[in-house]
Amino acid sequence: MTADATDLIRAFRADPADAADAAERLAARAVSEGLVDIAYATVETPLGTMTAATTERGLVRLALPGYSPDEVLERLATEVSPRLLELPERLDPLRRELDEYFDGSRRAFDLALDWRLTPSGFYRRVLRTAARRLPFGVTASYGEVAAWAGSPGASRAAGTALARNPLPIVVPCHRVLRAGGKIGLYGGGPEMKRRLLEFEGAVA
Amino acid sequence: MQAQPFQAFLDEHRGPVLSFLRAMVGPDDADDVFQETFISALRAYRRMDGRHPRAWVLTIARRKAIDHHRARARRPHPRPDVAELAEAAPGPGAEEGDSAVWAAVTELSPAQRAAIALRFAADLSFREIGAALGCSEDAARRRVHDGLAALRAKAATDEEESR
Repeated sequence: MTADATDLIRAFRADPADAADAAERLAARAVSEGLVDIAYATVETPLGTMTAATTERGLVRLALPGYSPDEVLERLATEVSPRLLELPERLDPLRRELDEYFDGSRRAFDLALDWRLTPSGFYRRVLRTAARRLPFGVTASYGEVAAWAGSPGASRAAGTALARNPLPIVVPCHRVLRAGGKIGLYGGGPEMKRRLLEFEGAVA
Repeated sequence: MQAQPFQAFLDEHRGPVLSFLRAMVGPDDADDVFQETFISALRAYRRMDGRHPRAWVLTIARRKAIDHHRARARRPHPRPDVAELAEAAPGPGAEEGDSAVWAAVTELSPAQRAAIALRFAADLSFREIGAALGCSEDAARRRVHDGLAALRAKAATDEEESR
């Protein structure tokens, strides 16, 4: 034997597949020991690939296609907790409800939601009332939603709250339109908003 | 400061940590110590300052490797040493000469073994090894050098004996 560096490197180097297996076992154990604060996964939808994250309270983030998953996850790590692991099966309920929504068999979502990414107060009231008062296919203006949330006239602030909606589609900010029925802006782009509204039969 | 999601941290360091632990406790026990290491890292993760994540997790790994050796020493009927295992069954796909490397590594002093493992399994620089072992960069370089010399000396003796 020659004890030079290449022999050592070859002998020590773990097989990447073994390291991946070890990491998977670690994730399972972390779950069973209650050490995971956020479980995340990608979710395929007709609009594209989304990034979804859930805490023990409920769904905390659903990022539309076009958002960088790394940025979404880094923000969750900073604002909620870095103890974040990819656990696709934890997002199965969301996956199932989104499938049903997009195939037309579901008109309302029935998921527990974690609101902590939206500051309590007006912003959160805007999102909660939009979720409660805007069923499938029904639209309202920013001004109406602002009034529902207790601040008539605060349509601009309501627009900001809706633009920062961390749970699009499930919390239907796409059902809120500009005065006069104009589509307005959307996190996934105005085209995506129009597609959703057309799909729900809310606009021609 | 932006926090790194634990999944990304795990994906980035799992290979070097498992390699390091193979060098420290042998291939058969490396996975157990890997689990202890990353569970411990996850428990402490929210308090990590994030500046030197690899050095941080390797420090935990080294501590867990030491715990593992202590626990094994306390056991009434210790399991066969890595060296014996390696000689008895090199394992499928083991390159010729690997078992000899394992045998020789187990005979190093703990300090030399840690230095060798950090250098060749975890790919750390001498400066980082010094930081991890609490010694100077020069001392780290010396430990790696002495460790290699000890391995070469062992190899020479083995060759002598097999003649």
